[in-house]
Amino acid sequence: MQERVVLDSPDIDRALKRIAHEILEANEGPQDLVLLGIPTRGKYLAERISSLLEQIDPAYQANCGVLDITMYRDDATNAERRIQATSIPDCGITDKVVVLVDDVLYSGRTVRAALDAITDFGRPRQVKLAVLVDRGHRELPIRPDFVGKNLPTAKTERVRVLLNQTDGQDQVVIG
Amino acid sequence: MRHLTSIRELTKDAAISLLDNAQQLSQVNDREVKKLPALRGKTVVNLFFENSTRTRISFEVAAKRLSADVINFSADSSSVSKGESLKDTAQTLEALGADAIVLRHPLSGAPKLLAEQDWISASVINAGDGSHEHPTQALLDALTIRQGFGLSHNLSGLKVLIVGDILHSRVARSNILLLNLLGATVTVAGPRTLIPTGVEQMGATVNNSFEDALSAKPDVVMMLRVQKERMQGEFFSSTADYSKAWSLEGDRLAMVGKDALILHPGPMNRGFEISSEAADDPRSQVLRQVSNGVAVRMAVLYRCLSGEQL
Repeated sequence: MQERVVLDSPDIDRALKRIAHEILEANEGPQDLVLLGIPTRGKYLAERISSLLEQIDPAYQANCGVLDITMYRDDATNAERRIQATSIPDCGITDKVVVLVDDVLYSGRTVRAALDAITDFGRPRQVKLAVLVDRGHRELPIRPDFVGKNLPTAKTERVRVLLNQTDGQDQVVIG
Repeated sequence: MRHLTSIRELTKDAAISLLDNAQQLSQVNDREVKKLPALRGKTVVNLFFENSTRTRISFEVAAKRLSADVINFSADSSSVSKGESLKDTAQTLEALGADAIVLRHPLSGAPKLLAEQDWISASVINAGDGSHEHPTQALLDALTIRQGFGLSHNLSGLKVLIVGDILHSRVARSNILLLNLLGATVTVAGPRTLIPTGVEQMGATVNNSFEDALSAKPDVVMMLRVQKERMQGEFFSSTADYSKAWSLEGDRLAMVGKDALILHPGPMNRGFEISSEAADDPRSQVLRQVSNGVAVRMAVLYRCLSGEQL
């Protein structure tokens, strides 16, 4: 199938900047924010949003971590998955505003697993969800709070997010 | 991967990936909630035909950390003592809902038999069979060595010395196979009567002097327990003679490099194959081995039970 570029590098930069501004706006400032990226690419997106927040608001204290959800999946049986590191910032997540960050929102099952994982680390005041691409076809009642791009897709299509840190370039392609 | 009955079933990549997963799972121990839901609804049976407290508890903790249900079945207090066969026992356990059977058996090859015959569809994990293998012990030793040297991949270039009762040791056999697979060099040392023939073909060099082997500056010294319960007949003249030549103590302990690691699979016979001084030395990894055991068994259970629907 022919692949088509839907977001290029400047598009991704703009989307992440807008998400950073929206997070600050929704939270009425940078206080108590904890960003948790879901591996693999959500981790790098969280780091990028975190450094954008630092540029936008000097009062923001970078609390950025990684939340691996492999052991919380309900569909783990179809693949032997590599378990990745989880690192929660030292401040913990209890009474914080946690922003989960992932690359693509699809069925919502990853986010469900992440919500379960979060409860094992504490009780946040709020949990919000930021994704670079929302491609629809939800199987669970989950919606994102911050979206880089809404991308209507067919279920047969495949959305791939490429990032500088993992793939050497920033691009979102559909095929 | 549905079963793990021998290290020979693992490729280098599979072994490294198990160690990577175990490394991540070892962090669960530091968390407030030490439980993951990965195997919720699964049932793991510890089927032990030989006494073992450590290995059974380690598997039990590992399964519970992954939210599986655990049934402990020890043969001496069961229908096996009334003459039930392995096949019937295993089929009974599966009829009770077992998804995995963790098997310890005095006969070499029992787990392989159970895995290969069409008796049951549950996963079979070898928790030690006779003098054959103890694959999860080798994996936890490899993880401990990897951590001790700050390595994140294989063990290439490391020199490992295994000392003591090699003949009766399934720990030694699994370790020789795995350490070779991961690129380490293995030397075994012990009384001639306790070195099995053909150990060279498995990938180990034999040295008949502890001092000589230590002077080669091994990175890891792995002491084995002398398994008196498996010894039919005399393999050495007296415990005192054995200790004199083969115990890790005094001058020999002083010969161990300052950055080297001392391993022992436990339970230790203090004052016999290892002195208290060596067991409590900062280089001793005995307790690290125990906690890594849980992580490795979690990784193995997860791999066997989450891949089964493929």
